[in-house]
Amino acid sequence: MKVKLRIKRFNPQKDRKPYWQEFEVEAEKTDRVLDALHQIRWYQDGTLGFRRSCAHGICGSDAMLINGKNRLACKALFADLGDYVTVEPLRGLPVLKDLIVDMEPFFAAYRAVKPYLINNDQPPLKERLQSPEERARFDDTTKCILCAACTTSCPSFWVNRDYLGPAAIVNAHRFIFDSRDQAAEERLDILASRDGVWRCRTIFNCTDACPRGIQVTKAIEEVKRAIMYAKV
Amino acid sequence: MYKGGEGYWSWIFHRITGVGVALFLFIHVADTFIIGWGPGVYNAVTSLYRNPVFKIAEVILVAAVLYHALNGIRVILVDFWGEGVLKQRSIFWAEVVVFVILFVPTAILMLSRL
Ligand code: SF4
Ligand code: FES
Repeated sequence: MKVKLRIKRFNPQKDRKPYWQEFEVEAEKTDRVLDALHQIRWYQDGTLGFRRSCAHGICGSDAMLINGKNRLACKALFADLGDYVTVEPLRGLPVLKDLIVDMEPFFAAYRAVKPYLINNDQPPLKERLQSPEERARFDDTTKCILCAACTTSCPSFWVNRDYLGPAAIVNAHRFIFDSRDQAAEERLDILASRDGVWRCRTIFNCTDACPRGIQVTKAIEEVKRAIMYAKV
Repeated sequence: MYKGGEGYWSWIFHRITGVGVALFLFIHVADTFIIGWGPGVYNAVTSLYRNPVFKIAEVILVAAVLYHALNGIRVILVDFWGEGVLKQRSIFWAEVVVFVILFVPTAILMLSRL
């Protein structure tokens, strides 16, 4: 079938403001938006800017605003989207070119929550043991691929770029509730600040957008309660 | 416009009704304040409220307060009841049903006395 893609384009070196451009490509229902973007860049307009690596939903490179919702281009099927599809860069992050946004502010928020194991005990000779129940406590938040679909779908983040955002909270959650980690309090302090969890208004756009099906708002609410009741 | 789900729309309405109700409160404080100029002035100003335009505005106000209260309960359930965050969609639709049941008879009653 023929599909039309309406793409928001912007080259800061040439254009004064973003503009829409339409492309027509031949595609199967089982094709993904990423396949159509390849068609365009390889055969129609080599200047189209977008980012991708794995093409299989695991690297988190190609989150974009497709038909009004944040999704991964490599997981968005035309069967679900129809034959007229609009594609825009993620909101709330500076556009570098066309569909490529500057992810640095996003990763800065990620780094701010110390997303790594902190344990000052003498390392054991073998692995650090954990029961299946203890592991299950944070299983959901281990699945994040840092695609930024959640953070850039959040109205709180759109109006306040200092908000650490859902993705940073998800990755803090992954360590806060890990029995092997010892820095829960440090992270809860960071997330209790004015740009932390209290900016969340339970709008659920993040949960709806997450391509990994993570219950993002649930994780945020668990962190809120851990702060409120001073208990992990 | 971002194409959000139930959570997104419930939040937008919560904002609009919240600001609307707060605005009404200011007007209400102001009109009560007018009593300071004596009953004559007060009655003259508040008789404005018997105008049909205000009657309809009153019905809208009831709708706003009712929605804001019901959705407030939903937000409390999401925040404090562990399961609430997973059931927010169903809670929203239950809220819509309760809203219709309470609002429709109230509106009919209010408008029939126009
Ligand atoms: S939580 Fe989901 S939407 Fe957010 S960055 Fe991780 S994978 Fe992407
Ligand atoms: S290209 Fe890797 S997630 Fe889509």
